[in-house]
Amino acid sequence: MTRDIFQPSGQIQFGIFFQGVNSGTIWKAPQAGSQTDFESFRHIAQTAERGKFAAFFLGEGLRLREHLGRPHALDVVGRPDAQTMLAALAAVTTNIGLVATQNTTYNDPADLAHRLSSLDLISGGRAAWNIVTTDNAWTGANFRRGGYLDHADRYKHAEAFVVTAKRIWDSWETPAGPARRVLHEGQHYTVDVSPRLPRSAQYRPVLFQAGDSPDGRDFAARQADVIFSAHPKFDDAVEFRRDIVARSIAAGRGANAVQIMPASEFILGATDQEAQEKKAWVRSLQIGPQQAIAYLEQFWGRELSSYDPDGPLPEIDPVVEETSETRGSGFHGAKARQLADQWRAEAKDKGLSIRQFVTSKTARIDSTFTGSYTAVADHLAEYARVGAVDGFNISPWLIPTGLDEIVNHLVPELQERGVYPTEYRGTTLRENLGLETPVRSEEPAHV
Amino acid sequence: MSTFEERKAGFLAIELDGAGYKNIAAAVLAAESAGFQAATFKDTPEAGRTNALQRAAFAGPVTRTIAVVPEIDTVYTEPFHVSTQLASLDYVSGGRAGWIATAAVSPEAAAAVGRSFVEGDALAQEAAASIEVSRRLWDSWEDDAVIRDVATGRYIDVDKLHYADFETPADFSGAAYSVKGPSIIPRPLQGQLPVLAAASLVGEGLVPAYTVDAVLVSAPTPELLAAEVRDARARLGSSVAIVAELDVVLDSRGQAAESRALSEQEAGTPQDSRFARFVGSAAGLTELLDSLLREADGVRLHPAVLDVELEELSRLVLPELRRRGVLRPPVQDGTFRDVLGLAPAENRYSTTAAAPLAAGK
Repeated sequence: MTRDIFQPSGQIQFGIFFQGVNSGTIWKAPQAGSQTDFESFRHIAQTAERGKFAAFFLGEGLRLREHLGRPHALDVVGRPDAQTMLAALAAVTTNIGLVATQNTTYNDPADLAHRLSSLDLISGGRAAWNIVTTDNAWTGANFRRGGYLDHADRYKHAEAFVVTAKRIWDSWETPAGPARRVLHEGQHYTVDVSPRLPRSAQYRPVLFQAGDSPDGRDFAARQADVIFSAHPKFDDAVEFRRDIVARSIAAGRGANAVQIMPASEFILGATDQEAQEKKAWVRSLQIGPQQAIAYLEQFWGRELSSYDPDGPLPEIDPVVEETSETRGSGFHGAKARQLADQWRAEAKDKGLSIRQFVTSKTARIDSTFTGSYTAVADHLAEYARVGAVDGFNISPWLIPTGLDEIVNHLVPELQERGVYPTEYRGTTLRENLGLETPVRSEEPAHV
Repeated sequence: MSTFEERKAGFLAIELDGAGYKNIAAAVLAAESAGFQAATFKDTPEAGRTNALQRAAFAGPVTRTIAVVPEIDTVYTEPFHVSTQLASLDYVSGGRAGWIATAAVSPEAAAAVGRSFVEGDALAQEAAASIEVSRRLWDSWEDDAVIRDVATGRYIDVDKLHYADFETPADFSGAAYSVKGPSIIPRPLQGQLPVLAAASLVGEGLVPAYTVDAVLVSAPTPELLAAEVRDARARLGSSVAIVAELDVVLDSRGQAAESRALSEQEAGTPQDSRFARFVGSAAGLTELLDSLLREADGVRLHPAVLDVELEELSRLVLPELRRRGVLRPPVQDGTFRDVLGLAPAENRYSTTAAAPLAAGK
């Protein structure tokens, strides 16, 4: 059965991921613009649309990152609400998809489903939801609900949430209405709602999902349209595709039902050498001396400002008694000393200073494509040929001009090779991604 | 003797609900070019009505002078989300955002999010708490918190970020909650967005008057409206702007308002509206607004059929009110605070102002 055999499309697409809070976006360069002004968002969304990007993604933050008990001072921070910004961008764009990262823990399903449906109608069928989960009381401190969800329940809760949202979207009987009442009674919330919005031009918002654990992959294989993966390297991407195809078929969906778009970074130049030089410059601005020390502090759980960023890793041991939501989870408890030993040995072995070591740990080595426009285009054409991915979600390292060279130079190279769209297929995100019209969800769905 | 020159001209707002979600840009541009100072967006649970904040956000980038003011419920929403969404609206509209804080009396809204139904005095408590959370979060970043200091590697000055540390009061009727903060978005462009609420929700034992910037006053008939405006002014003092609510059905396209009002069921204003309703000619409405704008700071019009009424308002009513000096001319790139005549918002957490004292100066 062809439905069970994966068919490469021979094409790749791009999305842009405007992260908002991260250490990858350079703010120290003179070209770096505002992270909050609408103009930055407008410029990058319109540039992406000029480059026929499938989607514009926004991240979500529900509490500011902290460092040693205070807000983290060194990296880009402070961003608008995703759906509010996307509704505004809908007014100044025409074809690009608008993807809101939204959490299933600190939203109500009926309210979130309504707002996503609203964005979908306002944008003419271009909305999408990047589903993420949270499970910590530290984030819950900002919400009426507080910290109420156990880690083990994370995906169960998220899936019940998504199924409820789909039932709300699917409840509109005819183009004119009326809607069926949707009921859900679960462990964590109760929903009793008569939905009030009709279907959009793309039927319902496209669903992206980014979880990578076996549970997360199964959840995506059952519910998502696109996986926002962490596997952009060629061999890894091929393996991830194989795994997702198998899980999609097991979930009773077709081999091509779930698309894959890994997160990625592009550092390009007219020549390979120019790109390599640019990469060294980008990395030096991403991880300065203070960022390098702060990175270690986050794992050591103590102040390390007396250490020389160009010297060896600290010989003192991490604080192990205390755990914090903002410390790396791998460093909680007794693991901390063991991992610190490993890191010291690794740095010594490779002869790396603190700064070099942190750069090696944090640089998105696996997700970065570095090279000349033609070399990178050749490499990406190979992904398209075998269907390793359906596209890449690009995190620009510069706002707002970080897509300019990609759109001006890389996209035309890809178009010449016949592996990238030269026009939008339609006006909805679902059409532009080449996704099938979703099947109306069954009633009643007891989850 | 009060002369024309001494009297401050008022402003006009228009409710754009009738625009639906397909014609937001056209409607808000028409309202802006007609000279309205503010556009409002309803958010009650009716079939076909999209989220009000998103419609306002869509309207933001396509306009230059008109304020965009959504209704957002305070009872069945998460105050942290509401605060962030409104701050974001201020960014996408260039500082022209406002908030009509509503308190939904709705068993359906409660059931939808699985909460107990809130009614009576508890509604005002929920509204007051939500407004306070937003105001604290908006101040939680001082204006100059983003420093981008290359020498020290600091993007923000952590001393200029503050935890909101909000807790519902001890006598709170609903489920108690707290909000930590700081906000996840820098302080809005206006510092504090103007907050509007129905006059019935504001006052002693309700939402404290000092926490809102304007109240929306309604009366059963146009004749009673001016008296209601004077009552609200006497009750709430001069620091709160008074906005009168008025449904409008005008003679148009050869049809008398009376017959239109009876025949058009798709009207944006229901027959059982709780607002005073003007039914008649553009000239008659001009006279009524002239007198109302002498008592109130502004009037919000609810057109029966947006396209039809807007055309008459734009052609016949607003130009005449401007000519008479009772309606303010629009100001390009002005803020909504400017429209309401509010001073720049001081930040409650401001450390900059306190610095010279701390340094012994």
